Amino acid sequence: MEFAELIKTPRADNVALHRPFYPAVEGTLCLTGHHLIFSSRRQDNAEELWLLHSNIDSIEKRFVGSLGTIIIKCKDLRIIQLDIPGMEECLNIASSIEALSTLDSVTLMYPFFYRPMFEIVEDGWRSFLPDQEFELLSSATDEWRLSCINKEFSVCPSYPPVVIVPKSIDDEALRKVAMFRHGSRFPVLSYYHKKNGMVMMRSSQPLTGTNGRRCKEDEKLVNATLRPGKRGYIIDTRSLNVAQQARAKGGGFEQEAHYPQWRRIHKCIERFNILQESLIKLVEACNDQSHNMDRWLSKLEASNWLTHIKEILTAACLAAQCIDREGASVLVHGTEGTDSTLQVTSLAQIILDPRCRTIRGFESLVVREWLQAGHPFQQRCAQSAYSNSKQKWEAPVFLLFLDCVWQILRQFPCSFEFNEQFLIMLFEHAYASQFGTFLGNNESERSKLKLPQKTMSLWSWVNRSEELCKFQNPLFEANSLVIWPSVAPQSLQLWEGIFLRWNRPSKFLDEAQEEMISIIKYNKELQAKVNALRRQLAEMETDDRMQENL
Amino acid sequence: FHTLFVLQVENVKLLDRYTNKKAANGTLYLTATHLIYVEASAEARKETWILHHHIATVEKLPLATAGYPLLIHCKNFHVAHFVIGQERDCHEVYTCLLKLSQPVKPEELYAFSYNPKMSKENREIGWKLIDLKVDYQRMGIPNDYWEITDVNKDYEVCNTYPPEIVVPRAANKAVVIGSSRFRSRGRIPVLSYLYKENNAAICRCSQPLAGFSARCLEDEQMLQAIREANPGSPFMYVVDTRPKLNAMANRAAGKGYENEDNYDNIRFKFIGIENIHVMRSSLQKLLEVCEMKSPSMSDFLTGLENSGWLRHIKAVMDAGVFLAKAVKDEKASVLVHCSDGWDRTAQVCSLASLLLDPFYRTFKGFMVLIEKEWIAMGHKFSHRCGHLCGDPKEVSPVFTQFVDCVWQLMQQFPCTFEFNERFLLEIHDHVYSCQFGNFLGTCHKEREDLKIFEKTHSLWPFLLQKKQELRNPLYRGFTAYKELQPNTLPFSFQFWCGMYNRFDKGMHPKQCVLDHLLSCVSQKVKLEDSASELENKLPFLDGPLPSDACPLPKVGPAASKTPMLNTPQGYEGDPPPALSNGAAGGDGDVLSDVDQRNKENLSPPQDLHGDTIEVLDSEAKEGKPRHH
Repeated sequence: MEFAELIKTPRADNVALHRPFYPAVEGTLCLTGHHLIFSSRRQDNAEELWLLHSNIDSIEKRFVGSLGTIIIKCKDLRIIQLDIPGMEECLNIASSIEALSTLDSVTLMYPFFYRPMFEIVEDGWRSFLPDQEFELLSSATDEWRLSCINKEFSVCPSYPPVVIVPKSIDDEALRKVAMFRHGSRFPVLSYYHKKNGMVMMRSSQPLTGTNGRRCKEDEKLVNATLRPGKRGYIIDTRSLNVAQQARAKGGGFEQEAHYPQWRRIHKCIERFNILQESLIKLVEACNDQSHNMDRWLSKLEASNWLTHIKEILTAACLAAQCIDREGASVLVHGTEGTDSTLQVTSLAQIILDPRCRTIRGFESLVVREWLQAGHPFQQRCAQSAYSNSKQKWEAPVFLLFLDCVWQILRQFPCSFEFNEQFLIMLFEHAYASQFGTFLGNNESERSKLKLPQKTMSLWSWVNRSEELCKFQNPLFEANSLVIWPSVAPQSLQLWEGIFLRWNRPSKFLDEAQEEMISIIKYNKELQAKVNALRRQLAEMETDDRMQENL
Repeated sequence: FHTLFVLQVENVKLLDRYTNKKAANGTLYLTATHLIYVEASAEARKETWILHHHIATVEKLPLATAGYPLLIHCKNFHVAHFVIGQERDCHEVYTCLLKLSQPVKPEELYAFSYNPKMSKENREIGWKLIDLKVDYQRMGIPNDYWEITDVNKDYEVCNTYPPEIVVPRAANKAVVIGSSRFRSRGRIPVLSYLYKENNAAICRCSQPLAGFSARCLEDEQMLQAIREANPGSPFMYVVDTRPKLNAMANRAAGKGYENEDNYDNIRFKFIGIENIHVMRSSLQKLLEVCEMKSPSMSDFLTGLENSGWLRHIKAVMDAGVFLAKAVKDEKASVLVHCSDGWDRTAQVCSLASLLLDPFYRTFKGFMVLIEKEWIAMGHKFSHRCGHLCGDPKEVSPVFTQFVDCVWQLMQQFPCTFEFNERFLLEIHDHVYSCQFGNFLGTCHKEREDLKIFEKTHSLWPFLLQKKQELRNPLYRGFTAYKELQPNTLPFSFQFWCGMYNRFDKGMHPKQCVLDHLLSCVSQKVKLEDSASELENKLPFLDGPLPSDACPLPKVGPAASKTPMLNTPQGYEGDPPPALSNGAAGGDGDVLSDVDQRNKENLSPPQDLHGDTIEVLDSEAKEGKPRHH
């Protein structure tokens, strides 16, 4: 297919662009296969807007006489308006945008066409390999092994080719366990807590069904992670009710009779369309220009977004508490183990492991616990807050995770190497990107699409010093402690950087950020200068002494 | 030392609402001015001080397992929950506190006994720190249109106004006296702020005694004089900050609002800010929400909405923004009133001044603003704050709302204020503490009668001494920003956790950016000193510094030096249905297990301490060679 077929009017002049807080600009609109480009004609202040078609969530068109108006709502929550003279031009452009923003073939997406304009220092596709992760683990314990059982994705289609499992469990047993777990997602290692040797594992629900099926190998596998005489905790991310209902469909939960050393705790975390609707309602509330305070607070409440944040954080804190304070190992799962499970395991690691609070460590966490763990990004992030598609598989699971990280960052502003911008950047790229990182639903799909060969990795771009400096938190001081966030409603806030980003001018807040950076930078330079002077002085003194001695 | 105590009670526990902490035993002391609680067990002696004047209510709760609970609510939103071993002791503390927290005579207030060992001279200088005349001079007054008059020197015009007031030159004594007879409590229109750039003025007064048809020539002349003092504008605004319905109801009592037909070229406008009673009950509801035990997000947001608190904050802010816009954008003068002109009018006028003039966003300027618009103009602090045993219906958080609005502005404009949040909290504390004379009484005349200038100290020099910790490190200076135009869409207003849940430390961010930046600022001075000292020792220094050779050293921040008090809180949820163990029974066992766990989680484990100490040690080691 040629993109040209979809573009009947590639260019329109005298188009007016309207954005909040900026005066309207007049200019030329161009459509390419992957971008909508607007450039103002003003010589003094030429301005260009490049918008990826894949970033467009929905478009609306209106006509007043022959002047057409297109309102474009983006996945990053921005809304822009284009006034296009000429009914036919406007209709053509609108239908092109509609077609180009909803291409159904992944291989037509921009990452397959994008040619980087920067020098690649490090190939991001090879930055975070399971072997490196295992090497780190091996330095602390020898109770685990790297299994290649899923080499051709033959055992579990949503797992990576290699996984970390208890040493005492062989591949044959794993195969049996896989048959007993939803989508074959058998328990694998998610996190090893060096401080006390406790672990966090994740999986999908066991297929116990109504007649209480059991699987000896499964029991043996999870028990292999327990210290003698110690108990473990199973955190089921569904309510007890939902978990019980799952039995009718062949799913279920671990019966204590078969897992006597495990305590099961149910922590209800919502999924799917409930989350999507929550996002839609929240964004609608944020875009409401009404001056009615009660209306705003009641809409904010009714969206339930902050309720979800509180639930997810609470479950993650509980998992972390079991590991760090109880000295117990933990198994986390919900139904498939691809959504709420990953929210819990990744947030617990941020709480427990200082490495995950560095830029590199956080990237590695996203790779391990989201991309390789098989969170179906392509399905979940297909549409954002302005879509009307109402597909069950669309859900802001990853955005909720990022929001939770932001909440912890807000409570521990000096404990993270990255800043809020870093999280916002990840949100943007998860929904629309020139990079291939978030394409596909799991490693198997990514390998079939040959993403590492055909597209550029987001990490190749981010991990260059030019980019990294934008994402560094000036307040960062490595903090080796476990950080326990507060989950009281008073401690949780609306993430303005995402949800009010396009609804209010940020000038004054940006200036505060600059001021803070410059204060800290100046002090560091000053300290360096003082140190250098001291050294120089010391050298001179020793020189003098040597002179004297001569 | 012990003879100073009015009462001493052993075997008292102080409960903590949030950390599930097992309370230790301690001793409770009552002095003439404070309640002091000393925890017995702690390695470090932990003390809690509560000023008697800060106590709003004392309640005895039903007997609990640990003893007799006594719940104390403070005006600065501290909530202390004591459990006392003996009933007799509990009752004695209760009756003592009731008496101590509700003084009857002004002489009993702390300010009259507070003795910071300052010379008489310094005390007097302290009272002269804020001179309102200087502020009027700053605005260019006196000038062709405005004058400072002592027409009220014997409080004949208005006994709740100060002796010196600013009125239009064109308004002679007859006009002033005539107008005062037509205004509630004689509170005639006077100048609050003059915007020098365009001569537009903000003036304030009380409601006119207009009833359904009364008019007053002198009052009409007074408004005309105000309008004509701003020749650039053909009209002026008259803003009634009450809801229209309230203002209309007042007409039946012979009061009311200006009839546009009777005054030349005025534009009359209502801005619906609710009265003191609505505000009092709104705060009450807000505090109930703040005190809820493990509320869900919905509970909290619904409670916040139902309290109406942010709606009222927004109403005050909207009014301030309207005034500032009228003055700056429309170049029109504004006359503001409510009923008596000492509550809503004070809020709105001071907020507008803050938006228009960067001076009021400095330490000194903010003090001037409070002295001018609140203290001098007769905001009844004594009644609104309930300093003395009196009518509880007179108590209202009018000043708290103003402080809240200022905090909201700080959130939107982080670099425009010279001071930080703690400065606001300090002032708010002392409005209630009665430790300083500034906020005693209800008006200037009463303060003179109380001889506060002779017998008490002023708050302001005391706060200026603490300037280093109260400053805003992000402040970009006086000239960086002029007028502020805040966003007033509902999402721009936030619940101020640092005020209403200020004593619930577990809810606040565990690391404080403000502390970090303040320590940077103080370190900067030290570094600059040692840099110049070193440079003097190195006379032959030239060329670039070998800075690339030295790794960036750690700038010792306060944040890491303050050990992080951080323990997990009840994540299991309360009530704990989440811990159910499935279809089978035996839940009880699980629950008790969890309870046990909660208790164990209180004290940070040893290794946590170990980590902290290690961090400190390594820093100390790092620091050493540098000093050689």
